[in-house]
Amino acid sequence: MTATVVRKRSALTKGQLPKFAPYIVLAVAVIVGAAILALIGFNAFGWGVVSAALFTIGLVAWSGAVEGARKAKDKLATCLIVGSFLIALLPLVSVIWTVLVNGIPGLVTPGFLGTSMNGVTGAFDNKAVEEGGKVLGGIYHALLGTLQITLLATVISVPVGLLTAIYLVEYGNDRPLARAITFFVDVMTGIPSIVAGLFAAAFFFAVVGPGTKTGAVAAVALSVLMIPVVVRSSEEMLKIVPNELREASYALGVRKWRTITKVVIPTAISGIASGVTLAIARVIGETAPILVTAGFATTINNNVFGGWMASLPTFIYTQILNPTSPSNPGPSDQRAWGAALVLIILVMLLNLGARLIARLFAPKTGR
Amino acid sequence: MTTNSLTTSQGAGRAGDKVFSGAAMAAGCLILAVLFGVALFLVVQAIPALAAPPADIQGGHGFFAYIAPIVVGTLIAAVIALVIATPVAIGVALFISHYAPRRLASGLGYVVDLLAAIPSVVYGAWGAAFLAKEISPAYDWLANNLGWIPIFQGPASATGKTILTAGIVLSVMVLPIITSLSREIFLQTPKLHEEAALALGATRWEMIRMAVLPFGRPGIVSAIMLGLGRALGETMAVALVLSSGVLTASLIQSGNQTIAAEIALNFPEASGLKVNTLIAAGLVLFVITLGVNMIARWIITKHKEFSGAN
Repeated sequence: MTATVVRKRSALTKGQLPKFAPYIVLAVAVIVGAAILALIGFNAFGWGVVSAALFTIGLVAWSGAVEGARKAKDKLATCLIVGSFLIALLPLVSVIWTVLVNGIPGLVTPGFLGTSMNGVTGAFDNKAVEEGGKVLGGIYHALLGTLQITLLATVISVPVGLLTAIYLVEYGNDRPLARAITFFVDVMTGIPSIVAGLFAAAFFFAVVGPGTKTGAVAAVALSVLMIPVVVRSSEEMLKIVPNELREASYALGVRKWRTITKVVIPTAISGIASGVTLAIARVIGETAPILVTAGFATTINNNVFGGWMASLPTFIYTQILNPTSPSNPGPSDQRAWGAALVLIILVMLLNLGARLIARLFAPKTGR
Repeated sequence: MTTNSLTTSQGAGRAGDKVFSGAAMAAGCLILAVLFGVALFLVVQAIPALAAPPADIQGGHGFFAYIAPIVVGTLIAAVIALVIATPVAIGVALFISHYAPRRLASGLGYVVDLLAAIPSVVYGAWGAAFLAKEISPAYDWLANNLGWIPIFQGPASATGKTILTAGIVLSVMVLPIITSLSREIFLQTPKLHEEAALALGATRWEMIRMAVLPFGRPGIVSAIMLGLGRALGETMAVALVLSSGVLTASLIQSGNQTIAAEIALNFPEASGLKVNTLIAAGLVLFVITLGVNMIARWIITKHKEFSGAN
């Protein structure tokens, strides 16, 4: 069938802006914006803002003149909504750019990942600045501490979180206890991280003795933050396991706990694993709870249960706030940004890993 | 669950069932115990500070004179964060749910979630090293042109490390929370309502105003409350960005302090009664955020039956 398109404006499309209207307005706005910025001093950010404002005003005014107030309002809303998305992207791009630019010099310094801050004093930093030498010191101790603390927190949180989710989905049946747990798990997700840290500190101060600061205390604090995340994600995953699978298993005479461990959990395991990975990604960057529970250390500490322990976030924090050499904060800043880059890479890898796990090990639905 | 001869059997399987369900229930109870323990241990450790003679507390006028200004500072920072984040977050949520091309929508949602993935200490470092420096000319402008409004009273901080900068950094951090919750709610708007509005000749914006927003209102309110909870308790952004001081009305001078930052900055070196004072401050923060979160969750559960969620 050959349809001949007659390029003629029908009465129905009368009083509408032509399709290419936004592009014209955009081009004009960009040019006028550049002209205005050239008058008051050019910068790219201002150019973008002025052009966007001009584009919005121009398009809405034109639309108001041709199409009427309702359509103009619609155009205004569209511009504002798209604009808010672009505004939301600004900090993301800016943060990642800042960390990359400031972090790469630190990261490529030889020995940055392999050495600790043991024995690195302000004198070395002053020397590095004055004589242009290599910035000494690294994040090995912090990296090690972060991995140990996070691992212990995961070991505590996953069994508790998973069992709670199983209770809620398989045994809860909307009982008062199950409803209370659901409610308080939700409330727990909102506990400020520093309060979780204070709780762990207060708990160990009361039980072990005042001033107890070890990696294990920090792991307990992180568990308080991690458990609700694990519960929520595992619960969601267990809920979407089809009831037919459970019933088929019961029909074969399998006991409930065997059904759960052999049928329900294997079906949901990809979702649970990806939820746990996301929970790890969330707590690995927590600073405040570790700050009040594990203290600061500049040396390698392999014992989670004894002695102060460094971690990546607290390393960044202390290097920025209390530079190793107060007169020359440059090397400390470089180390802090290098550590921030490593931390962001870790978090992004965990997020990516979670998505990969969810996709690769997703159960075959048979449909 | 009914019991008959088919479901009662003997042997190891039965014990396994008991052990397993017991373990699951114990884990659930452990969570309740932990939450209770958080409150209990904070109260126990806070009592010495509350009971101490006023002169012994930092500042010398008792605990309440110490905590009141930083509670107000916490509220100021959180309100700034919400005022900035809420409109942007709702705009982003609408963009992803109703404006973006369908194929891009989930990818864009993931981009916004990346904002939530960046650790708070990195935001703090960014705010202190980049944002504060870039924004201080704007503060000068505000002080010169709008200085007659108390909150913009000059002279502006030369470093830009003010409560307003901290509030802006906080707003970036609460943005993904409000966005993701509102997006979920907007996506649940009954398709029939939307199509009915469009069929009556409504423009897309009118459809959103008449069908999507009224439906999503409780969800938006609770999303904002959850964002408030996060903004109140956020530590690092404020600790690194704000150059703290006494309570000041002006948002563009250095000054003010929040509870969380006060604890983070002082706890590592604290000893004796100071530890108890800071834990008491943590207790106050805990009570405030708990209240905010419980109201938010209560709104969500109240409207759950009608929303078609779950």
